[in-house]
Amino acid sequence: MSRYSLSIRPFGAHAVLVEWPPKVDEAILDDILQFTEHLRQHYLKDINWELVPSYNSITLVHRKEMIDFERFKANMEGWYAEGYDSKTRERYLWRLPVCYDLEFGIDLPEVAEKLGMSVDEVIQLHTTSRYTVYGIGFLPGFMYLGGLPSDLEIPRRSEPRLQVRQGAVGLAGKQTGIYPQESPGGWNIIGNCSVSMFSSKNDPPCFVNVGDKVQFRAIEKAEYDLHKIEGEVGIYKLEKTVLDA
Amino acid sequence: MLRLLKAGFFTSVQDGGRFGLLNKGVPVSGFMDSFSATKINRLLENEPNAALIEVTMTGPTIEFEAPTYICLGGAEISVTLNNNPIQHYRVYRIEPGDILSYGRLKKGFRNFLAIKGGFKTQSILGSRSQYFPVTDNNCLQDRAEVPYEGISEFEPKISEIKVESFLDETSLEVFKGPEFNQLHDKQLERLFAAEFRVAKENNRMAYQLSETISGHRISMLTSATLPGTVQLTPSGRLIILMKDGQTTGGYPRILQLSDRSISILAQKKFGDAISFKLFKP
Repeated sequence: MSRYSLSIRPFGAHAVLVEWPPKVDEAILDDILQFTEHLRQHYLKDINWELVPSYNSITLVHRKEMIDFERFKANMEGWYAEGYDSKTRERYLWRLPVCYDLEFGIDLPEVAEKLGMSVDEVIQLHTTSRYTVYGIGFLPGFMYLGGLPSDLEIPRRSEPRLQVRQGAVGLAGKQTGIYPQESPGGWNIIGNCSVSMFSSKNDPPCFVNVGDKVQFRAIEKAEYDLHKIEGEVGIYKLEKTVLDA
Repeated sequence: MLRLLKAGFFTSVQDGGRFGLLNKGVPVSGFMDSFSATKINRLLENEPNAALIEVTMTGPTIEFEAPTYICLGGAEISVTLNNNPIQHYRVYRIEPGDILSYGRLKKGFRNFLAIKGGFKTQSILGSRSQYFPVTDNNCLQDRAEVPYEGISEFEPKISEIKVESFLDETSLEVFKGPEFNQLHDKQLERLFAAEFRVAKENNRMAYQLSETISGHRISMLTSATLPGTVQLTPSGRLIILMKDGQTTGGYPRILQLSDRSISILAQKKFGDAISFKLFKP
């Protein structure tokens, strides 16, 4: 197992930030998730602890108590140094249906033109890749996805839209993602995902975890409409497979 | 239950907050000024984090249906009960049909109305705090009904407290944020010497400040943010995240407000002055 040199810093009175080298890297993410699991299982069992992994960091937040930083830091260093073989919880590949019809993919023709490919090629490329979930934040259920093919990199729109539809699938720089709620946004919109990424009626409200993978599957409008109805009545079945640890 | 005859500018149900979902992008929410909110809950002998009504600037007009006891705290606002002025941090008995009317805001920005036993709106994902999209709305609308359990017998151990008000305080005690050490001297000097004013863009999610400091080109990977995190944008704008603030961000986190400073800031409105003071242990 690779060991990294960690930076441990205070983040106010109730939180501590632990940073790995600043790289978007699957091996780093794996180490972060294994360490997070190790901490949960052995040291930070108290439910008042929240552990927030994102890219190259975990932020540890205690809901109530102040953290004695120097002591905590020494503990953390020890916990990391002792190593761990705790299995991380199962990680999944989620296949998410996306309708790329122009009704949803409002920027798709422009994106294709700018990237010098056909609309079908954009869809083809976007659906062949498997994306890694490096973080969840910004909005409830918003996934930071890594692994966009460089051929699909396109700058964000110069003028952000005041309203982007819920479920909109977008491209911006090295990122692709789904707007979990209607919100303002500057990404290039190429389709719409029929699965709701966040619902307070579900427990947990967002089925994806950091470290999971996502692959998009192109669907027709009819299937999109069907999924929407299935989702509303609660019978939609998510497509997922367990990833090899 | 009670009914909002008029909802006011931004009136919402809040409790101690929603926990355990930061890794799904769900903010903590809860009382913006938890110092004032927990005080009045204690006076009513409630759980300190019991759900109450948070009022912003222009308050509601409320009609009660069942007997209960209430207590107000936070911003100084003139409030009447059946047209008689009432005081803050004092327990009042409520009879069915009583009308509570919020009037002029005198000092501060957010007032709290606590009720004996706490409000009993539906708890969603472990909290009654209103926050869209976890709850259907961000705030209470005109004619909204808010449930509580009626109670006619209650002898508070203490029926009134004198509160040392922090509404006039302008100095925010801060810790160094994770990216504090990347600031240069000129930025630091301005950060701690200057007075800043609250910009128009201020709400439960974040407070922006009108004055800027010099910008930066610090690039970092998206990482967690907390209520009270002060972010610095590349153009030098300061954004202080509050209780409904996003849980991750990509701007340098230069400062972190103490809990008390979050409450102080929550009582500031557009144009109010604040300054930062580094916490000395």
